[in-house]
Amino acid sequence: MSDAMAPASAVAKPRRTLTRAVIRFAGDSGDGMQVTGEQFTTEAAWAGNDISTLPNFPAEIRAPAGTLFGVSSFQLQFGSQRVYTPGDQLDALVAMNPAALKVHLADLKPGGILIVNTAAFEERNLTKAGYGKNPLEDPDLASKYRLHQVDITGLTKAALDDLPLNAKEKDRCKNFFALGLVSWIYTRPLDPTLDAIKKRFAKNPTFVEANIRVLKAGHAFGETAEIFAENYGIDPAEMPPGVYRSMIGNRALAWGLLAAAERTQIPIVFGAYPITPASSILEELAMHKRFKVRTFQAEDEIAAVTSAVGASFGGAIGVTASSGPGIALKGEAIGLAVMAELPLVIFDIQRGGPSTGLPTKTEQADLMQALYGRNSESPIVVLAPSSPGDCFYIAYEAVRLAIKYMVPVMVLSDGYLANGSEPWLLPDPKSLPDIPAKFRTEKEGFFPYLRDPATLARPWVRPGTPGLEHRIGGIEKQDVTGNISYEPENHDHMVRTRAEKVRRVAQEIPPISINGPHTGDVLVVGWGGTYGAITAAVEEAQMEGKAVSSVHLRYLNPLPPDLGQTLRQFRKVLVPEINSGQLVRILRAEYLVDAVGFNRVRGVPLQTQEILEAINQLVEAAR
Amino acid sequence: MSTVKGAPEAASNGPRLTKKDFESDQDVRWCPGCGDYAILSAVQKAMPDLGIPREDIVFISGIGCSSRFPYYMNTYGFHTIHGRAPAIATGLKLARPDLKVFVVTGDGDGLSIGGNHLLHVLRRNVDVTILLFNNRIYGLTKGQYSPTSELGKVTKSTPLGSADRPVSPCSFALAVGATFVARTVDRNIGHMEETLKRAAAHKGAAFVEILQNCNVYNDLAWNVLYDRESKVQHELRLEHGKPLLFGAPDDRRGLVLEGVKPKVVSVKDVPASALWVHDETDRSTALILAQLWAPDYPIPLGVLVNEAGQPIYEDLVLKQEQKVIADRGPGDITALLRSGETWTIK
Repeated sequence: MSDAMAPASAVAKPRRTLTRAVIRFAGDSGDGMQVTGEQFTTEAAWAGNDISTLPNFPAEIRAPAGTLFGVSSFQLQFGSQRVYTPGDQLDALVAMNPAALKVHLADLKPGGILIVNTAAFEERNLTKAGYGKNPLEDPDLASKYRLHQVDITGLTKAALDDLPLNAKEKDRCKNFFALGLVSWIYTRPLDPTLDAIKKRFAKNPTFVEANIRVLKAGHAFGETAEIFAENYGIDPAEMPPGVYRSMIGNRALAWGLLAAAERTQIPIVFGAYPITPASSILEELAMHKRFKVRTFQAEDEIAAVTSAVGASFGGAIGVTASSGPGIALKGEAIGLAVMAELPLVIFDIQRGGPSTGLPTKTEQADLMQALYGRNSESPIVVLAPSSPGDCFYIAYEAVRLAIKYMVPVMVLSDGYLANGSEPWLLPDPKSLPDIPAKFRTEKEGFFPYLRDPATLARPWVRPGTPGLEHRIGGIEKQDVTGNISYEPENHDHMVRTRAEKVRRVAQEIPPISINGPHTGDVLVVGWGGTYGAITAAVEEAQMEGKAVSSVHLRYLNPLPPDLGQTLRQFRKVLVPEINSGQLVRILRAEYLVDAVGFNRVRGVPLQTQEILEAINQLVEAAR
Repeated sequence: MSTVKGAPEAASNGPRLTKKDFESDQDVRWCPGCGDYAILSAVQKAMPDLGIPREDIVFISGIGCSSRFPYYMNTYGFHTIHGRAPAIATGLKLARPDLKVFVVTGDGDGLSIGGNHLLHVLRRNVDVTILLFNNRIYGLTKGQYSPTSELGKVTKSTPLGSADRPVSPCSFALAVGATFVARTVDRNIGHMEETLKRAAAHKGAAFVEILQNCNVYNDLAWNVLYDRESKVQHELRLEHGKPLLFGAPDDRRGLVLEGVKPKVVSVKDVPASALWVHDETDRSTALILAQLWAPDYPIPLGVLVNEAGQPIYEDLVLKQEQKVIADRGPGDITALLRSGETWTIK
């Protein structure tokens, strides 16, 4: 038994109260850093904190141990105030090996807590990480950071000495030592993790015992070891009352679809081909067949979308999901749905590109692809969720609009929203808007392209309806009758009609909500996963007394009808995006405003601080 | 469950439909003399005998001359994009297993741009009837060689002759696990009609290769089966349980199997018991038959394989859905939202 297992010392250490903290767990991709981070997130959620998380893992499944590219990490910010982002700089970093230290040290604040697993700092690992000599021996490290050298591997082993586990099984428990230690440092409750361990290893009491022991050992180590002088409390955040759960974006998209299936009582056919970071939507939906969601793992991206189109033709809700490269392959079939005027929902979980790019990293560079990435005039509705939980509402809204307007709707999520989590106030499904799903059965006066005067939607007819047999297809059709037509004026009319139909979706968009005053020096306009970083930066600028407001767009096509006049109430418009300037180009073209972009395309979320700097520069320029 | 209404006896309510009921009001726009006219006529003639209400029938097609087919059928129809009809049909069957779905495709649409989807619709055994019009040429794009064109084919895109070897559609279908595979020819409306009816009655993916003449860009590609004398020499009609016989009445020939090697014999030279008897349920001999071609061998027409009772993709999917609903009740989003770890903030 190690000292760490000794009963908690009676000496109480001083506790300081913080408003927020940013922590990152980093180690080999096999070290269980994602589980550790998720579990700490749950602990912070139990403690009532607001939270934002950022998992970051390599594209390789089990990258060679100890290498720089094999490092996997999980970052979160939690606080007693509203938390908008996973945080820019780290207050604490746990590095399970030299590679993790090398990759992540630059993000640690000077004076920040640095916990390293000393056992991993041996020659082989140091070489693999490219360290000529052991960085722990460099006195600068200890003077710049609050360095805690802990033999996590050894202490874990010692705690498990008498358990019938092999060396590898024992070693795999070490992430829970780190979790226990960090839970002590930030005084987060262990209860949810204890529950989770019992549930996870229900079939193996030895694993339950082992993980609980190691978790507690880590906790006790913090309490008793002399090296930790104090720990930190973070009060519960002021959050709207209600029932919460932790939600990640991809699950929220899936559940939004389930809510739509339940409301409409129409089956969903979800065609998808596995692709990072969208695959988990397929996996999630496959678990919920009770909602009449029929998941189809197609042979390729094209079959994934065309099966969805076929399903919509049959009177189901056709949905497909992918990431940028897959969306590129689906382009022609989306065009078919535009032409056939069928409902279709497409999720694009954007990742770094072009080509294979950065499969596990985030980006916002598919906006132009969503709007224009098909042959000819091929307008579709484009929506973007602003947070993981918002994905639920956006998915539901996508189904609603697709059916109401008989039009494809693309949802632009991203790798950050897909895997990032936040505490999510559960919605009341009854409060969701109605989805007007009606199939035409009336024979009298039927034409396939006869339009609803308000929405311009054509009738949705289920095959099997007697007397309404008709043929549609990708060839241009005469309006109303749906007969093939190559007539020049008809084509011009149909091009305009398809565009007008999408434009009319604007009547569904609620008035813009402006974060801040309605006039001022700078308006920051964002979309998608940058919501948190932008909001945090804007609120900081406002606290500094700057005349800055922000608007976050959830509808990207059509744009909100009141956007133009809103833009004109500000001297300058700033558009931060994780691309080289896509929305900014659209705003300039659409509204003739001199909007400026703030663009970084690094595969990681934008930082609050850098947006704040861009805001401040523009405020100066506005003066 | 996939319960396609049908079986002739089931359609007793309402007047019996005729060929005319399946003709749409659209002008047919194929070139005069095209083999597609005969196929359209055979399909329309076969339809009433399926005993399926018109509104429950859907024709799905991709792109190419053959793919205009749905416009001319007075049923539900969807003319989609190049090569993707099998995938569209798969989605449709997942949504609506109750419908009778036909896929109309061609050698380019089905075996070139859409080869992947054809593979998967067949291996999954989706309950669709696939008609592949094989004219060994790209007609709609005005005469480039296709994946079934013979090696050395001189076309606009291969002025010195094509350098790639052709695929045999029936061999492909058999190899990827199709549970029903047949071949017929556009110049024989009766045989087409019978083959189509059998294909349509099959539960699961049925594949029919229809040898079809493009009189503009590849006229008489199948002359071996059109020319009266050649046809007598080479056409082999497959009949389940019957010996494989062909040739002129005064020179009847048959096939025997030596191991896995087929051999042409003169009927009078071998005892009847030695002749190869066609067995539709035998996939391995069907694979041998599918590869036979003139001049060394006869050309088999008819049903190569017919495996009844194989699991159907959408049936299995729907069974899972029905079972989970029966066991645990229908989905409940309110309960799902509150499942797992939640906490309350007051």
